[in-house]
Amino acid sequence: MNARIEAAPLDEHHSGRRPKLVVVGNGMAGIRAVEELLKLAPDLYDITVFGAEPHPNYNRILLSPVLAGEMTIQDIVLNPLQWYADNNIGLYTGKTVTKIDRTARKVIASDGTEEEYDRLLLATGSTPFILPIPGNDLPGVISYRDIKDTDEMIAAAATHKHAVVIGGGLLGLEAANGLKLRGMDVTVVHLMPWLMERQLDKAAADMLKTSLEARGLKFLLEKQTEALIQGESGRVCALRFKDGLEIPADLVVMAAGIRPNTALAESARLYCNRGIVVNDTMQTYDPRIYAVGECVAHRGIAYGLVAPLFEQAKVCANHLANFGIARYSGSVLSTKLKVTGIDLFSAGNFMGGEGTDEIVLNDPAGGVYKKLVLKNDTLVGAVLYGDTADGAWYFQLVKDGQNIHEIRDHLMFGQNHVGDVGHAGKTHAATLPDDAQVCGCNGVCKGDIVKAIKANGLFTLDEVRKHTKASSSCGSCTGLVEQILASTVGGAYTPADTKDKPMCGCTDHSHGVVRQAIRDQHLLTIPETMQYMEWKTPSGCASCRPALNYYLISTWPGEARDDPQSRFINERAHANIQKDGTYSVVPRMWGGLTTPSELRAIADVADKYQVPTVKMTGGARVDLLGIRKEDLPKVWADLGRAGMVSGHAYGKSIRTVKTCVGAEHCRFGTQKSMAMGVKLERMLFGMWSPHKVKLAVSGCPRNCAEAGIKDVGVIGVDAGYELYVAGNGGIKTEVAQFLCKVKTDEEVKEYSGAFLQLYREEGYYLERTCHYVARVGLDHVKAAVVDDPVKRKELYERLLFALQDYEDPWQQAVQQPAVRREYQVIRLEEVTT
Amino acid sequence: MSDWIRVCALDEIAPQGSRVVASSQGNIAIFRTADDAVFGLHDKCPHKGGPLSQGIVHGETVTCPLHGFKIGLKDGAAVAPDKGCARRFAVKAEGGAVWLQLN
Ligand code: SRM
Ligand SMILES: Cc1cc2nc3c(=O)[nH]c(=O)nc-3n(C[C@H](O)[C@H](O)[C@H](O)COP(=O)(O)OP(=O)(O)OC[C@H]3O[C@@H](n4cnc5c(N)ncnc54)[C@H](O)[C@@H]3O)c2cc1C
Ligand code: SF4
Ligand code: FES
Repeated sequence: MNARIEAAPLDEHHSGRRPKLVVVGNGMAGIRAVEELLKLAPDLYDITVFGAEPHPNYNRILLSPVLAGEMTIQDIVLNPLQWYADNNIGLYTGKTVTKIDRTARKVIASDGTEEEYDRLLLATGSTPFILPIPGNDLPGVISYRDIKDTDEMIAAAATHKHAVVIGGGLLGLEAANGLKLRGMDVTVVHLMPWLMERQLDKAAADMLKTSLEARGLKFLLEKQTEALIQGESGRVCALRFKDGLEIPADLVVMAAGIRPNTALAESARLYCNRGIVVNDTMQTYDPRIYAVGECVAHRGIAYGLVAPLFEQAKVCANHLANFGIARYSGSVLSTKLKVTGIDLFSAGNFMGGEGTDEIVLNDPAGGVYKKLVLKNDTLVGAVLYGDTADGAWYFQLVKDGQNIHEIRDHLMFGQNHVGDVGHAGKTHAATLPDDAQVCGCNGVCKGDIVKAIKANGLFTLDEVRKHTKASSSCGSCTGLVEQILASTVGGAYTPADTKDKPMCGCTDHSHGVVRQAIRDQHLLTIPETMQYMEWKTPSGCASCRPALNYYLISTWPGEARDDPQSRFINERAHANIQKDGTYSVVPRMWGGLTTPSELRAIADVADKYQVPTVKMTGGARVDLLGIRKEDLPKVWADLGRAGMVSGHAYGKSIRTVKTCVGAEHCRFGTQKSMAMGVKLERMLFGMWSPHKVKLAVSGCPRNCAEAGIKDVGVIGVDAGYELYVAGNGGIKTEVAQFLCKVKTDEEVKEYSGAFLQLYREEGYYLERTCHYVARVGLDHVKAAVVDDPVKRKELYERLLFALQDYEDPWQQAVQQPAVRREYQVIRLEEVTT
Repeated sequence: MSDWIRVCALDEIAPQGSRVVASSQGNIAIFRTADDAVFGLHDKCPHKGGPLSQGIVHGETVTCPLHGFKIGLKDGAAVAPDKGCARRFAVKAEGGAVWLQLN
C-alpha cells in the first residue's frame, strides 16, 4: 500500500531535494525516534517507514491488558494511519525488508519494493526465542509478541481448556494471568528456582507466587521441558518434562526470552554482537545507518523494556536532526508487573553482592517485602512487593546516584512517611478503586488517569499532567500518579531526571546550568539569556520567564531590571488573584503586631470599598478579600496613609515572621520574641526568593509561634537563640533542622540572613528551603553559614545590599501613573445605534 | 460589521502585556506581543472563566492565571490537550493607536 512517487535520485548536497530517511520497523522505538525528529526538524527529511506487521504503530506493552480483556486492539494504536499522512510519511505496512544495499544506498523488501536512503534507521525489534525441542512447530504452539499472537491466544481460550506458559518472567506471567482471566486452566513452567529471577530476589518472588496461586494459577518450577506432544487432531495436546512428567496442553505459549532481530543487519555485513552494535550516538558501524530499540546492543547491553528505547530514540533523533549534542550512556532499569491488583517493583542492582549493604523489611503475613541495596552512601537497587508507594522515589535516587548519607536511617520508611495531605492518606495505587479521587486540587479520579494513559499512549508524568491535570497543581499526589502510571505501562515508565531536568519545553538546559550561565556570562536581561542559551521559543513561556526574571534580579541586584511582564499576575498586581478575578489585600503587620489606628484604617477600607470578606490569615494578619482590581490603588492609598505597606502575601518573597508574646509579657519567656521578629521582618522587607519564605520567633521552647515548621525558625533559650532551617508546614510537613545556637539579636539577623542569601543564590525557582536543603545537604549550608565567618559575613552583606532602598510596591502604584495603568479598565465610547 | 473604535495608544499597553476593555459585550482583553502585534479576546477563559487579561503573554499565546490553560491569541483556542475556545474580537494597531471592532 501507499506506494511512493520517486524523486529523482540526486545527491543529498544538491539543493532542491530533501534527504531521504528510511525506517525499517514500524514499532515502538522506530516511530518514537521519528516523532522526536519531527519535533526537532519537521521538514528535514522525506521519511519512509517499512513495517512487517499489517498495522500502524501500536502500544505493544498494552497487549497484556488486551489479552486480559481490559482493552481492545483499537484502544492501543499509538499513531493511526492519518498521523503518517499528516506528517507526509510514506508507510508500507505488511512489507518486510530483506536486503540493504549499502553501496547503492537502498533497501529492498521481500516483494521487490525498493527505497533509496540518505540515512537509514533500523528498528527491527526482537523475536521470541523458540525452544529447540520436538513439537515446537505444532499448531497451538505460539509465542507472545504481537497482535497476531494475542488474537490466537484469545481464540484458543474460547475453544480450549489447558494452557501452559513456558517461562516465568514478566511476559510469561502477564500471558498466564490473561489466559486465566479468559477462563483457561493455566500452568506456568519455569526452569529457574523462582519467578522473575531477573527482576526479583527469591523472597519477593515467593510472595508473588503465593498471591498468583491464590488467583488460580499453577506453577512448576525448576522443570525442563523435553518435548511437545501432538494430539489426534494434529494440534499440541501435552507437554513432557525431562523427568518424565506429562501435563495436558492445548495451548503452549513460549515466553522464554527474546533475541534481537539482527538478521537483516548481518546480511548487510553490519557489525553485530548480541544486537546491532551502536555507539553513544546510536550510529552503527556504517555512519549513514542508525539503529534503536530491542535490536540494538549498546555498550554490550540489549534492552528489552520501553523506557531505555525511548531514551535511545531521543538521542538518535537529535543526531538525525543534525544537532549533534545528545549522547546515550545506558539506562538503569526498573520493572513493574502489569497484573491488576499486584504491587511489585524493582530497580537497579537489587541482588547486591560485593561491597554492598542491604536494608530489608520482611512481613510475609502482611504481604509486604522491601529490600534496599546500598553502596558507598548511594542507593543502587530496590525490590518492593506489596507496598510500592515509594518505588518512583527509590528509582529516582538510584538514577541520580544521590548521596543518601543524611537520610539513611529513615530511607526504608520512604519519602512520604510523614505529612502528605490531600488524598485521605491513601498511598497505594493498586488497591484504589477507579472512582477514588487521586488529585484533590483538580478532582481527578484514578479511572480518569488510567483511561487517559491508555487512550493517549502516555508514558511520562508530564504527559499525564498535561492530559488530565492530575498532580499539576499542588503536586501532593505526584507519588500516587507515578504509581498509577507505572502499574499501567509497566517498565515503560521512567521518572523524569531531577538533576538535569530541562527547565521547561523551551530549553534543554536545567535550572542549575541556566543560573550558572547568568552568573558566569554576566547576563542581564531575559532576551539576552534566551539568546545565549539558545532558547527554542521566541519569548519563553509562563514557566521559564518568571524563573529567569528571578535569577537575573537575584544575581545582579541593582543591575538587572525587573520585568513585570515575566511575573505571575499576583506579583505584577501586588495582590492575590481570586477565582472570580477579584483580588485580596493583606497589609503587613510586622511580627504580627498591630495598633488600634491600623485596625481602624482597615475597618474603614472594608466599609468604603464594601469588602465582602475580612478574615484572619494563617499568617497572623488581616486579609481583605474580594476587591476589584480597579480599586486596589485606592485601597492602598488609604492603608498607606495609616502607615501600612504591602504584606507580600502574594509573592515568592518574604511573607510573615510569626511571633509569640515572649519575654515582653509571658511568664515563661526567655527572649523578647516580638522585638526579634519585628527586627527580622524589617530586615527582610522586599526580599524576593526562589519561593516564599516564612519565619517564626518563639520566646521559649514551648514554641507557640510554631518555629519548627518554618523556613527559618528562631527559638529563645536562656543563653540566646536556637536557629532552625528548612521547615515547611504546607503540602508536606517538614520539620525544620537545627542549624546552630547564637547569643545576640544581631547574630540571629546575620546567621538567618546569610542562610536566606545562600538559598537566594543557589535555590532553583519554586524550590522551598526544605527542597533546597534536601538537594544540597545541611552540611553544605553549615559550611557556608556556620563554620566560615568570612563567607557568612559576605552572604549577609550581599543580602543587605540587595534589599537596600526597597520601596513599598503599593505606594509606587499609588504614585506613578505608568504603574497605575495596570489597574485601570478602559471604557469604550460605543455609539449605540 | 460595526466600526473600528479607538481603544488607547499602543504605548498604553506594555509589550507582552494586556489591558481590559469594558464593553457592551462584556470585558475584552487586548494583548500586545513582544513584536507589537495586537489581539483581542473575550476576557473569560474557556476553562472556568478566568480573566485571560491577567495571564503571562509569550509568543502569540497567553497562559491563564487561574489553572494554566494556554490560549492562542490568534484563534482563541486552547492549546492541546486542553480544549475550549475564547471568543475573538478584531483588533488592529494603526497610527500609534489600538482599534477594536465589536462583533
Ligand atoms: C491567605 C492564606 C490563607 C488564610 O486565609 O489563612 C493563604 C492563601 C493562599 N495560599 Fe497559603 N495562605 C496562607 C497561609 C499559609 C500557611 C500558614 C502560614 O503561613 O503560617 C501555609 C503553610 C506554611 C508553609 O508555607 O510552610 C500555606 C501554604 C501554602 C502552600 C503550600 C506551600 C508548600 O511549600 O507546601 C501554597 C502553594 C504554593 O505556594 O505553591 C499556598 C498558596 C496559597 C495561595 C496564594 C494560592 C494561590 O496561589 O492563589 C492562596 C491565596 C488565596 C487567596 O485567594 O487569596 N499556601 N499557606 C494565608 C496567608 C498567610 C499570610 O498572612 O501571608
Ligand atoms: C505482551 C508484551 C508486554 C510487554 N510489556 C512491557 C512492559 O510492561 N514494559 C516495557 O517496558 N516493555 C514491555 N514489553 C516490551 C516492549 O514492548 C518492547 O521493548 C518494545 O516494543 C520494543 O520496541 P522496538 O521498536 O525495539 O520493537 P517492536 O516494537 O517489536 O518493533 C519492531 C517492529 O519492526 C518490525 N520489523 C522487524 N523486522 C523488520 C523488517 N525486516 N522489515 C520491516 N519490519 C520489520 C516488526 O514487525 C515490529 O513491528 C512488552 C512486550 C510484549 C510483547
Ligand atoms: S487558601 Fe490555601 S489551603 Fe485554602 S484553598 Fe487556597 S491554596 Fe488551598
Ligand atoms: S480558568 Fe483558565 S485555566 Fe482554569
